Amino acid sequence: MKPASFDYHAPRQLKEAAELLATLPNAKILAGGQSLVPMMNFRYVIVDHLVDLGHVDDLRGIAVIDGRLRVGAMMRQRDLETAPEIVRHCPLLAEALHHVGHRQTRNRGTIGGSLAHADPAAELPAVCLAYDAVLHLASIRGLRAVPFREFSLGFMTTALAPDEMIAAIELPIWRLGHGYGFHEFARRHGDFALAGAAALLDIGAGNVVRRAALALFGVAEQPVRVDAAEAALIGKPIDAALIQSAAAAAWLIEPISDIHAGGDYRRHLAQVLGARALMDAARRAGIDL
Amino acid sequence: MGKQATRISVNGKSHARVVEARLTLADFLRHELGLTGTHLGCEHGVCGTCTVLVDGRTARSCLMFAVQANGSEVTTVEGLVPDGELSVLQQAFIDNHGLQCGFCTPGMLMTLTELLRDNAAPSEQEVREALTGNLCRCTGYAGIVKAALDAAQRLRAGSGA
Amino acid sequence: MGAKHFGARVKRLEDPALLSGRGRFVDDLKLPGLLHACFVRSPHAHAMIRGIDSGPAMTLPGVHAVLASDDLPEPMRRMPIPMLTPNPAIATPRTQTALARDEVCYVGQPIAVVIADSRYLAEDAAAAVAVDFDVLAAVGDCRAGIKDDAPRAHSDLASNVVARFPLVYGDVDAAFGNAAHVFEEVLWQHRGGGMALETRAVLASHDPVADMLTVWSGTQTPHLGRGTLADLLDRNLESIRMIAPDVGGGFGPKAIFYPEEAVIPAAALKLGRPVKWIEDRREHFLCATQERDQYWDVAIAVDADGKILGVRGRMLHDSGAYVPWGVIMPYIAAVTVPGPYVVPAYSLETAVVLTNKVPTTPVRGAGRPQAVFAMERLLDRVARELGLDRAEVRRRNFIQPEQMPYPVGLLFRDGKPLIYDSGDYPKGQDEALRLSGYDKFSHRQREALEQGRLIGIGIGNYVEGTGLGPFEGVTVRVLPSGKVAVATGATSQGQGTRTTLSQIVAEQVGCRIDDIVMTVGDTGAIAQGVGAFASRQSVNAGCSAQLAGEAVRKQIIALAARTLGVGESDIELEDGKAVAATGNKPMVAFGELARLAQGIPGVSLPAGQTAGLEHTAYYTPPQAAYCSGTHVAEVEVDHMTGGVKILNYTVAHDSGRVINPLIVDGQVQGGVAHGIGNALLEWMQYDDNAQPLTTTFADYLLPMATDVPTCVIAHVETVNPLNPLGVKGAGEGGTIPAPAAIIAAIEDALSPFDVHFAETPLTPERIVAALRAAGAFERLFAA
Repeated sequence: MKPASFDYHAPRQLKEAAELLATLPNAKILAGGQSLVPMMNFRYVIVDHLVDLGHVDDLRGIAVIDGRLRVGAMMRQRDLETAPEIVRHCPLLAEALHHVGHRQTRNRGTIGGSLAHADPAAELPAVCLAYDAVLHLASIRGLRAVPFREFSLGFMTTALAPDEMIAAIELPIWRLGHGYGFHEFARRHGDFALAGAAALLDIGAGNVVRRAALALFGVAEQPVRVDAAEAALIGKPIDAALIQSAAAAAWLIEPISDIHAGGDYRRHLAQVLGARALMDAARRAGIDL
Repeated sequence: MGKQATRISVNGKSHARVVEARLTLADFLRHELGLTGTHLGCEHGVCGTCTVLVDGRTARSCLMFAVQANGSEVTTVEGLVPDGELSVLQQAFIDNHGLQCGFCTPGMLMTLTELLRDNAAPSEQEVREALTGNLCRCTGYAGIVKAALDAAQRLRAGSGA
Repeated sequence: MGAKHFGARVKRLEDPALLSGRGRFVDDLKLPGLLHACFVRSPHAHAMIRGIDSGPAMTLPGVHAVLASDDLPEPMRRMPIPMLTPNPAIATPRTQTALARDEVCYVGQPIAVVIADSRYLAEDAAAAVAVDFDVLAAVGDCRAGIKDDAPRAHSDLASNVVARFPLVYGDVDAAFGNAAHVFEEVLWQHRGGGMALETRAVLASHDPVADMLTVWSGTQTPHLGRGTLADLLDRNLESIRMIAPDVGGGFGPKAIFYPEEAVIPAAALKLGRPVKWIEDRREHFLCATQERDQYWDVAIAVDADGKILGVRGRMLHDSGAYVPWGVIMPYIAAVTVPGPYVVPAYSLETAVVLTNKVPTTPVRGAGRPQAVFAMERLLDRVARELGLDRAEVRRRNFIQPEQMPYPVGLLFRDGKPLIYDSGDYPKGQDEALRLSGYDKFSHRQREALEQGRLIGIGIGNYVEGTGLGPFEGVTVRVLPSGKVAVATGATSQGQGTRTTLSQIVAEQVGCRIDDIVMTVGDTGAIAQGVGAFASRQSVNAGCSAQLAGEAVRKQIIALAARTLGVGESDIELEDGKAVAATGNKPMVAFGELARLAQGIPGVSLPAGQTAGLEHTAYYTPPQAAYCSGTHVAEVEVDHMTGGVKILNYTVAHDSGRVINPLIVDGQVQGGVAHGIGNALLEWMQYDDNAQPLTTTFADYLLPMATDVPTCVIAHVETVNPLNPLGVKGAGEGGTIPAPAAIIAAIEDALSPFDVHFAETPLTPERIVAALRAAGAFERLFAA
């Protein structure tokens, strides 16, 4: 299982990387390599050029600007997992990161790589969807900002042009004291989830739900926001029964089915895990359920 | 197509080579440098037998190209015993029957080296979770977990912590 | 003499080198001028080969040759690989040729090989070899394959049935006719693999000066491999040397002879350069043999007290596309069903069927897990239907220790009556139940239920025939340096062969373990050998080590007595020295004695003096040695997700006298991990056209460190009266009853829902589906 031949490029500037991607034929970005290189070893993917973004400083960094957390696309998942800004401002992301693969893959894997690869069972796209993140995409044509709902287009399909890369991800920060919950079910620790749920709740006076976000992954071809569940929660005082009936709306999702799990089972898991994630979010927001 | 000059420091020694871009770090270590302690079990990033440290962090060397390690410091299992005397962790593996065929063992040692460096007093559950990136078919893991906990305790005792 | 090494938890001699990265696995070996191989394999499960075009491949850089079947020497070119376990019952004794000639019968079957300067270049060229196929219908399921109108797995065979054989004793009709109760179960266990972490590997080099062909192979059976290769090349046996160096796990699939083990040596001979082939994991998923696919339809007849009157049924065994090891595996399964119980009447009709999948040969457990699953599920059913405790039902049916040796009533595969030599099954179960807290479990279960947690407990019992013949030799020789050289045909893939045999030899000969220099798995070191499978090496090689060591001990004592001028009874051997117990305790070192035993050129040896201090023993066991054990599994089930966690696992294990408890515990623990995999995770899936669907470690799930608890292991040693050491085998017992115990525990945890399971792996999805069908979720979701 050795890969086919290719030429390797290691640009140091974002501009140089963009030029390489625009001009080299059959070129692919090498970010963490944890998804791409296995496919190259199987020869499912054959490239003529690899553009390694690992030395482009512009693609790294974490900053809090105007109530948003901005993360460079080439940040390694392991660095994000332990970053104090993320633990403090976007705890849902920190929590989700513990479930992404294994320590070895998080040491190399990047947030940008995960989002670009867009595996339906991946955690980070779902978290970005829950936050309504905005992705900043770069190419020789410049930068453009794309809300996550418009970035994720279908099964392993994103709005990235063939010569475009993710430069940064911005997550709006929820009010201090918000609740978050994350549950996934996988066959073994660190495996791709058969289904998973990422939940955010902002609960106000009288235990009334002011904001709610419930994103599911592993169930459909791309991560989905359960709009019906969110609508059922907003404006109502939260309790366990409300959460259960809201989570039941996950059954309406059009599921995928493969050798790992069938569609009905995934939808069932979506309901169960959605409820558990919302329960955790409510508890973390200070509600005694 | 695809040859590249690269310089990688492995176990403290610098190696300058011209290699094909597609040569994996695992194959570079094993065949270019003759350090055959790092093994290949799957070449698709699940089994962990190829685990090494790159700039101090575990990495699956089957999922890296040698050229990506240009300028980096790589540590392999051979680098755990620079002077030939077995480390506390390796001795703990002997004492606790932590290996049988030995094929997954170098990868296990690299993963546990990182774990114990970052967490001097891991719980059994933390050890098990840290090991999920490394598969073993022989031992059923019990001896490996015991060895890790034993080594952690001995290292703490040795350091006077 | 008190045992110093035998029975001690001696630390393993193999460890220091393996821990420092100084293992010598096949891919670690370098030879000057080495070339690398990549096979061109069939992408179809069944097809005729119309033509092979290697022209474009030959033009690629670094390519030295592309060999197809007609490029191989005779007789290898056309001779099917010999089957080592012939049986007149086999109607279709089909094995592969080294490279496919006209027809391919499973995805991955090798058709041609590319030899190039590197594996990278060889893969480039292999992708450029064009093979023209006529695709044929494939048999994807043995249940379909057995029907008369099924496609043929081999186009020239009239039937896909390899063999049918009944196993019968007692009056089954009377048993079922008179029974108070009859219960039937339909059961299935999937295909799984050995999945050693090291894939297969072959390195071959021919020395034209000595005309010696040396082959290093990651094999469990180098002597058998050498014999087969000699036949295929029509070479003198002594002109081939096969060596199994460090091997990264075996578990059964590496015991058979593979086509690649013939082709690579042939390529080395043809090209006049050493050639190495290292299998990649994808090839391993396609081509390494697998096991477990069996469909069982069995019934049990019991009296009103739950005592077994008879068991009968049918079993269908998926053989895959060829039968390299004949029908021994379904046969083993069929004779394992009675287990530790008195079964007065038994009838099993077995059919072995060809499919277009990779062949099935033994994988740890070798058919016994399936048989144990059938029997234990039947007994659980009896318990449930009669309202009896599951341990009690088993207790009522155990063969008692006073009944040993116990003739089961069947003929074993060697044609001799199957007789259990020793065992105390009630004691084993009692011990496992005691250690697992079985009696208090129902209380814990109720408490857990009050907290909303579902926990359950399950039991699995087994009897396993180990230590199979024909033999495994050991040579012990004292060297003039004082070291003790040991050579054996036994091999090691992690079971610590070197350490356990050293313990035995050191014990007998009176040397230090560190003074032993041992060669394992090398046909050049000992003339005859068989290898590792069927948990046979402790018995065969262990007893040979005992006998050879004893013989050399006597030689040392005799020569030392003569040399020191004392009586033989005055000599004691310790740490490599012979010491007289009289006077000022004169002593002579073993090395000195070895020198004396060489004699002086031209001078006769004294009367009674042997040539050198050495002996070779080939112990031949009279029959299998019967191990047994009881497993108790405790699980927790999340009924909302179907997720299963194993909380505790207890094993009472009888493998006779234990040479090294550290190593035996390791074998049990490792075996249980494999059993957990079979129960919950491992499933080699194919579609209806026999295309493999699980070909990576992401699809085929091996247990991780978070899936396997540390077992509580108790040794119940019943001494084997039939061999000098009293030992039995220990390699597979951990795996055999694990699925039965775990599935039983899951059912027990879900008893509020009254769901039942008869297949493995039992996935969370199946659990949820069963619960849904039982109405478990109606209150919870308006779906």
